[in-house]
Amino acid sequence: MITLVDSPMINQPPTQSVNGFDVERIREDFPILRQKVRGKPLVFLDSAATSQKPQVVIEALSHYYQAENANIHRGVYYLSELATNAYEGARLKVKEAINANSIKEIVFVRGATEGINLVASSYGRKNVKEGDEIVISAMEHHSNIVPWQMLCEEAGAKLRVIPINDEGELIVDEFEKLLNKKTKLVAIVHTSNSLGTINPIKRLVDIAHDRNVPVLVDGAQALPHGKIDVKKLGCDFFVFSSHKVFGPTGVGVLYAKEALLEKMAPYQGGGDMIKSVTFEKTLYNDLPYRFEAGTPNIAGVIGLGKALDYVAGIGYEKIAAYEHELLNYATAALSTIKPLRIIGTAKEKAAVISFVIEGIHPHDVGTILDRDGIAVRTGHHCTQPVMERFNVPATSRASFAFYNTKAEADFLVKGLHNVINLMN
Amino acid sequence: MDELRELYQQVILDHNKNPKNFGKIERANRTAEGYNPLCGDRIDLYLQVEDGVIKDISFQGAGCAISKASTSVMTTMLKGKSTAEAEQLFKKFQKLITNDPEAVDPNEMGKLAIFAGVREFPLRVKCAGLAWHTMFAALKNEHQAVSTE
Repeated sequence: MITLVDSPMINQPPTQSVNGFDVERIREDFPILRQKVRGKPLVFLDSAATSQKPQVVIEALSHYYQAENANIHRGVYYLSELATNAYEGARLKVKEAINANSIKEIVFVRGATEGINLVASSYGRKNVKEGDEIVISAMEHHSNIVPWQMLCEEAGAKLRVIPINDEGELIVDEFEKLLNKKTKLVAIVHTSNSLGTINPIKRLVDIAHDRNVPVLVDGAQALPHGKIDVKKLGCDFFVFSSHKVFGPTGVGVLYAKEALLEKMAPYQGGGDMIKSVTFEKTLYNDLPYRFEAGTPNIAGVIGLGKALDYVAGIGYEKIAAYEHELLNYATAALSTIKPLRIIGTAKEKAAVISFVIEGIHPHDVGTILDRDGIAVRTGHHCTQPVMERFNVPATSRASFAFYNTKAEADFLVKGLHNVINLMN
Repeated sequence: MDELRELYQQVILDHNKNPKNFGKIERANRTAEGYNPLCGDRIDLYLQVEDGVIKDISFQGAGCAISKASTSVMTTMLKGKSTAEAEQLFKKFQKLITNDPEAVDPNEMGKLAIFAGVREFPLRVKCAGLAWHTMFAALKNEHQAVSTE
């Protein structure tokens, strides 16, 4: 997919090539990055909120609507077959991308959030009873807090929280102490969206499994930065969102071990999730269709398949190595700004840098950077408990993807100097 | 950059750094909490209202420069004003910071004119308006937190 043969850059020196990773060539694949914002080149540093989409994904959506659009699984005609094949083909791609055992374990949902809600509603309601406990961490996104809170409230169960240290790392000893006979589930983020911390998931899963506690992993921020192998992780549930891995919005994936999924009640009722319906009795469909009621986001799923192809074409290892270098570069560059303090300094970290500048509110930082074409996220990043933990009302966050450059990190630093000058 | 200078003009920056009427007044008989979930701005407003007149007013809290300066300036404007006058000012202020076709002449707005630049930043209108919405909740003695969402 990433061939240099037709590249318009072929006769130019690779300005940002790191270990054979030609970022300028890759940027060509993302049409939005050519855009100017208020007359300045767009510097997009908010990929943790949503990633940009490569041309192949945009074309896949357009191609589906132009040449394949039909409802899936039901029609006996040509177009329906095309659409069904494309949709189910994407399921196979997801299965391979995360190394699941079977396509039965891949359920398409609206996003990571819906994946968690599905598990809370279906698995949770059946298995979590009065007096039971669910363990989450202090660095969870609201999407991995609120569904469990709702479940606990309904069941009369208790939510327990693994604390984090000043670097923003999970305290594993405390995690072990929290687990007991009442613990029915652990729900934990793989990579923190506000701190960048990468949690030792395999280790946590092993600890929980020693006590027969199943583990749900929120992988929304993990997949964009590196290879995920659910078999190696050993987790029981894994969720992620398409739009954070360079695919369309409105699609996500719930991976669940087949044995668990088999015992779970349907999440929603409707068409496509049934084998037969009479007013007396409905027979539910096989896995994974039992959990996909109604016409799904067919185009979105196909787009996600393309996005995963695209990322695999570049190579997860190359992406991880390049982003690691970007993270180190940007961290060093930002650290030269005196009143700036980075929140989240874990040893294992994704290319996400949250920071505060003394005396300047992140919202003002964001507005001023925007006038330079720089897009960063400001606020609590849907992790209010993390903000409380670090005693800040909000942070600014620069999050990098493999299409970002060191030059963009320099732009950010320059922009922040402007902010400081303007506000003082 | 010019629009930014207009938005973050010196008077606003001064109010941000050294806000007026910052703190809690003990004799307050009207209070309200304002919250902007978008950026986490949070203000607690305290008013002492007697015979329909705002005798004293103060605030506490944390927020961006725009919301803090807006709250600070508002408190200086409202001290001694009747609640009816406060309502009038609020209506004018809303027109000033949005692109209302009947937008008021900034020259008629006194100290509030410095917020005219906010209209070029639609995402920041809520920051400038938070204090005023909270003030109204306080006058009505609505104890529930006011949210910009």
